[in-house]
Amino acid sequence: MVDNIKRSLLVSIWFVFLTFPLMVVKVNTLKNIVEWRWINMLWVAIGAFVLSIVWRWAMERRQLKNKKAEQGEEESVLPGFGQRLLEDPKIFKPVLIALALVTLVFPLVVDIYQTNIMVLALIFVVLGLGLNVTVGLAGLLDLGYVAFFAVGAYTYGVLNSFFGFGFWISLPLGGLMGALFGIVLGFPILRLRGDYLAIVTLGFGSIAKIVIENWEEVFNGAKGIANIPRPGFFGAEMSIHTATTYTYYLMILMVLFAIFITNRLKDSRIGRAWMALREDEIACVAMGVDMARTKLGAYAFGAFWAGLAGVIFASRNTYINPNSFTFMESALVLSIVVMGGMGSIIGVIVAALVLILMPEYLRAFAEYRMLMFGAVMVLMMIFRPEGLIANVRRKYAGRKVVTEDANARG
Amino acid sequence: MEYFLELSSSGLVRGSIYALIALGYTMVYGIIQLINFAHGEIYMIGAFVALIVSGVLTIYGFSGVSILILAGLIAVIYAAAYGYTLEKIAYRPLRNAPRLSPLISAIGMSLFLQNYVLLAQTPDFLRFPALIPDFEFMEPIAHIMGSPELVILVTSAVSRVGLTVLIKYTRIGKAMRATQQDMTMARLVGVNVDNVISMTFIIGSVLAAIGGVLVGSYIGQINFYIGFMAGVKAFTAAVLGGIGNIPGAVLGALVLGLTEAYAAGYISSAYEDVFAFGVLVLILILRPSGLLGKAVKQKV
Amino acid sequence: MPEVSKTMPEVSKTMAEPDNVLLDVKDLTMDFGGLRAIDAVSLNVCPGEIVALIGPNGAGKTTFFNCVTGIYKPTNGAVMVHPPEGKSQKINGFKSNRVTTIGMARTFQNIRLFQNMTVLENVMIGRHCRTTTSIIGAILRGSKTRRQERETIEISYDLLEKVGLVDFADEFAKNLPYGAQRRLEIARAMATDPFLLLLDEPAAGMNPQETKALDELIVRIRDKEKISILLIEHDMKLVMNISDRIYVMEYGKEIAQGSPMDIRNNPKVIEAYLGEDADA
Ligand SMILES: Nc1ncnc2c1ncn2[C@@H]1O[C@H](COP(=O)(O)OP(=O)(O)OP(=O)(O)O)[C@@H](O)[C@H]1O
Ligand SMILES: [Mg+2]
Repeated sequence: MVDNIKRSLLVSIWFVFLTFPLMVVKVNTLKNIVEWRWINMLWVAIGAFVLSIVWRWAMERRQLKNKKAEQGEEESVLPGFGQRLLEDPKIFKPVLIALALVTLVFPLVVDIYQTNIMVLALIFVVLGLGLNVTVGLAGLLDLGYVAFFAVGAYTYGVLNSFFGFGFWISLPLGGLMGALFGIVLGFPILRLRGDYLAIVTLGFGSIAKIVIENWEEVFNGAKGIANIPRPGFFGAEMSIHTATTYTYYLMILMVLFAIFITNRLKDSRIGRAWMALREDEIACVAMGVDMARTKLGAYAFGAFWAGLAGVIFASRNTYINPNSFTFMESALVLSIVVMGGMGSIIGVIVAALVLILMPEYLRAFAEYRMLMFGAVMVLMMIFRPEGLIANVRRKYAGRKVVTEDANARG
Repeated sequence: MEYFLELSSSGLVRGSIYALIALGYTMVYGIIQLINFAHGEIYMIGAFVALIVSGVLTIYGFSGVSILILAGLIAVIYAAAYGYTLEKIAYRPLRNAPRLSPLISAIGMSLFLQNYVLLAQTPDFLRFPALIPDFEFMEPIAHIMGSPELVILVTSAVSRVGLTVLIKYTRIGKAMRATQQDMTMARLVGVNVDNVISMTFIIGSVLAAIGGVLVGSYIGQINFYIGFMAGVKAFTAAVLGGIGNIPGAVLGALVLGLTEAYAAGYISSAYEDVFAFGVLVLILILRPSGLLGKAVKQKV
Repeated sequence: MPEVSKTMPEVSKTMAEPDNVLLDVKDLTMDFGGLRAIDAVSLNVCPGEIVALIGPNGAGKTTFFNCVTGIYKPTNGAVMVHPPEGKSQKINGFKSNRVTTIGMARTFQNIRLFQNMTVLENVMIGRHCRTTTSIIGAILRGSKTRRQERETIEISYDLLEKVGLVDFADEFAKNLPYGAQRRLEIARAMATDPFLLLLDEPAAGMNPQETKALDELIVRIRDKEKISILLIEHDMKLVMNISDRIYVMEYGKEIAQGSPMDIRNNPKVIEAYLGEDADA
């Protein structure tokens, strides 16, 4: 105990030293004045002290867990809350019904501002679900995901401003353009190892933004494209309020659609191949899986959703410019996937809602949000790599059941 | 011709800076196969500390070269401390985790450090004092290469020589080379691998901080975001030269710096970053082992 | 050196006619930079055979497998396959998924299972190259997709039964004991419907009982499933028990081949093995 406190004191002193110039001193090089913010030193000292105690405790627990796992013991006797939620119909059903009701009435009871934010959150849910396939299932770390989001948004923007294309034609086109770019960009980098892939995709993301910024004739450069129509409904005139509500329901459908499709893929030949590729590329290929096709498929599939989400994003904002498509957006979607638990659909939805809505409602939090995202990524990797809600592996029906099933069907 | 020389000089200056940062990437990668995404942030923090220290010193009446030396020294110490702590918190617990885990942790750390500086200091650009003195003997060729450029080239070269000596002739250098070859084996013959890794981060951070101070005083302004692009480019340089290969990192950095300078000068500066990434993508596709790296087949 | 060349005619003598050979490797050579890991090794496997490839550590056995299965591209030589059905072809430089699709599947010396997938899913991956569902097909989940999926599950359960792992079907592969992981690798390879199974040290790390069971399993695979077997193994008892023919490698060269009897009494082989610490 005393030892513990002593060590935490040392850590605390170390961090006081570490943060001293940046946290305490602030110079104004123009006016030549120095501001000493001694109070920050106190906060750092207390914070580091407490956190170091928590850290050590968490590390001990982690070690214990790892040791148990090594000895082949089950991690916990009780299934986690996440799993219970998914598997126990007694909990699952009422929760689902309640959620459905809340989702349905949400835009009717809140004002347009809230609905609009919710639409944004749902857009990020779709982005998260898409990237979840690329990163979570197939293990391809894509740091330039925002490029495909931009492709979708600008597909709509450009098609609309040049040729007057409407939302409903642009939506599938945006998705397809996303997928196409996924394949075109994915092709040359198929053979790259995981970390090289990460840095190259980061490059693609940055290049996309630079091209948009500088190609005035097509993308209108930094000024962006304005007056993009909201989604239409058989040409009906809609007030902003109705249009927003309409977009909201549209997004809900889209999310459901995305869940449905990702779920089907996950439990299929393709989904299994993606996971195997993530687990061990060499073994996977040696078992007869075509690496190029499988990777491109995962890449294009993720990009497709980003493209779709991009079109909706453009129509929600009615205005797009390059600043909506920076590395921060890629990092945001990545933290959604990481926090939700790689490969887990429910996890991603929860994480997207939390990460997008929290800063909107807790303004004080907004300032610290990128700081928190960073910390969350590190902490999740160390303490809970499986995410908040771990991916539950599907159990396939036993053979007996299957054969009967087959017989019944003839 | 004059214009070409001017571009070459600016390209070499860029390259020298990239080299200082790229060395950190390549050393860390050589030993633990991790892209230390937060390395660019260490460079940025080095620049910030130097700026703060020099600001304080100026107000307390110091001047000229004494500021440069003190600020540089303190920046280097702090960068080393940050590099050491970074490894301990974000990477050491993930030593045996799947490959993507430390990479994501590194990205997280990069975001964290950027925003830490943003919140603790300011989102705006800060004016960095011109610490590097003007030498009179550079006057005649100042339009091609001025004193700051010269100082950058020389400092960078000296640091690189220092690093080479350290790695070739000291005990820790030997331990580093052993660990790079085979970590398990090095541990078996009594090398304290944890210390070696810490040391690698510290050395890399020191070099990055030197780069940070030089750039700050050369460009004249810094903000919390300068580490990002510099980091990406330095990494590109490291890959270009063959990651894990120390002379390769320097060569890659100089090639990249010159390419960028010529591209910006003769084609368009708007697409400057596109060129850097273009080079990276091309090299990874055509020769993933880089200019000086050896192609190794993964053992199965 | 001259001793080696003396064995060469032997090799070509036993080379059977193409229509009676499944795998026919001629003068295979593999260099890693300056290191010649395999030096002009020839080997063939006929239908219904269990052939063993033995040799001291570092002899180049695993590298030989890697060259044959497309993980490495050999520097020189020819790897010919003559599948029971389908056309004969030279497969040097084919990607390993193509080799597997042609009908040669392998296991790995350092177990390479898909750790975070279930035991059943591991086997199901083996079926990948024998099924056709595309992304669109998986989304629509039509009758053909459903049928394939059912077959995949059924075949995979069958295979798990054959290797005695059916009770672990829903476990994560990483939670299996070592011996079971080796058997799972065999089941996964068998799921690809091979005509030739290449096993890289399947008995490594197994206790005597497990080894005995493995012995029976391998023979059963050959007899019941009609899959021929090429096997790398250090366990001499196992090798002598089940092999029809044995090839011996040392320092990348083939130093002998023949029946277990011949090999047991071959002075060169004895020397090669006594040369190292009696590990065999
Ligand atoms: N990818 C590679 N790069 C360089 N050298 C390699 C590579 N793979 C194998 N080698 C070398 O080739 C030689 C043969 O290795 P191989 O793994 O084939 O031996 P082995 O006969 O399987 O031995 P063991 O019985 O220990 O498994 C060794 O000297 C090894 O170091
Ligand atoms: Mg081997």
